[in-house]
Amino acid sequence: MSMNRRQFLKIAGASTLLGLGGASALNALRGGELEASHVLTDEKALNAKRWAMVIDVSKFRTEEDYKRLTKACHSIHNVPDFGNPKDEIKWIWTDTYEHTFPSQPNEYIEEGIKNKPFVLLCNHCANPPCVRVCPTKATFKRKDGIVMMDQHRCIGCRFCMAACPFGARSFNYKDPRLALKKEEENREYPTRTIGVVEKCTFCFERLAKGLVPACVEASREAAKAAGGEPGMYFGDLDDPASEVRKILSTRYTIRRKPELGTDPSVFYVIGGEKNA
Amino acid sequence: MKLYGGGKIITGLIIFFFLVTFPFFLNIGKVNAKPEPKIDTPEIQKLAEKKCIEPKAFMRAEHMKLLNDWRDFAVRNGQRLYVNSEEKQFTISLQNTCMHCHSNKKKFCDECHNYMAVKPYCWSCHIAPKEKES
Repeated sequence: MSMNRRQFLKIAGASTLLGLGGASALNALRGGELEASHVLTDEKALNAKRWAMVIDVSKFRTEEDYKRLTKACHSIHNVPDFGNPKDEIKWIWTDTYEHTFPSQPNEYIEEGIKNKPFVLLCNHCANPPCVRVCPTKATFKRKDGIVMMDQHRCIGCRFCMAACPFGARSFNYKDPRLALKKEEENREYPTRTIGVVEKCTFCFERLAKGLVPACVEASREAAKAAGGEPGMYFGDLDDPASEVRKILSTRYTIRRKPELGTDPSVFYVIGGEKNA
Repeated sequence: MKLYGGGKIITGLIIFFFLVTFPFFLNIGKVNAKPEPKIDTPEIQKLAEKKCIEPKAFMRAEHMKLLNDWRDFAVRNGQRLYVNSEEKQFTISLQNTCMHCHSNKKKFCDECHNYMAVKPYCWSCHIAPKEKES
């Protein structure tokens, strides 16, 4: 059989089309099995345009006030404690004024502030550098402003740790299960594995169930027991009626390293009484 | 035609043939235990209607794809309610939904996975349930 160029192209074209069409028809048949299933967001879930937190540092007086938060967070998220700073994993931690607000140095600052530990956690920046550098999109920004970690995708390159100006990220140099006691594990939440980066997620799993973050709940409970105001507030920055916006509009607040342009979502009320 | 060094070549071929087919000879006559995943956990026994979230045939063939989708729904999209083909709702969670009923990972998951020599790395992070069987 002889064939000229024109005939050959016709046949090649037709068989390509057939091949493509056949594949898609096959996929349609395969996928059709569970057409009826779909996913929803829980009605109880808390929603926001941009979640934010306000921390009133004057409410933190004793060692116990800080420990309570770390314990609440680290116990429900299976955060291991290796007991040495090199392997440390931290979601919520404390540091000095000098390290927390390095762009506002003040040699003669009030003694009370100078030596006070500040509660620190991921700032869930509106313009997060960690998200920009992540090569696998393991860390990404959710629609509600949470800077989220997808541990399934993390390859442990640690670009995000280099990018984050707040030191909010920790790397699992060791298998975290080595430092977790079996009986103390929260069996409803996963652990992490060796070689991935982790950080605070604003308790996305609790928000999905309609609960506020664990640290906020712990400080609310403590305030209730002591009969005062809580040291932490949580709410939607986009909603003028939210708890955080009420405080932001009545009290003077500062953020960590705002000059870097990451636009953090965690605000600090430094000292002083209510002046509203 | 003459085969030079025929003795060596043929001995070599026989040894080669034996080495290659050695695993088959070794297992000849041995019945390879068929994997039989068990579903007799206390949690499943308690169910009024012993049904998984989707039909058995689908779960058997496609559970890995379903889990992959669930992962994206929960972690990436923040959607945690799965509505199945019968309009029933389930929380999307491996640890709290799947493994709540299938609290016998060794006899359920591992049974087939070991047989097929697949090693899903779910359990390096997700906490496996305490083994239960009724």
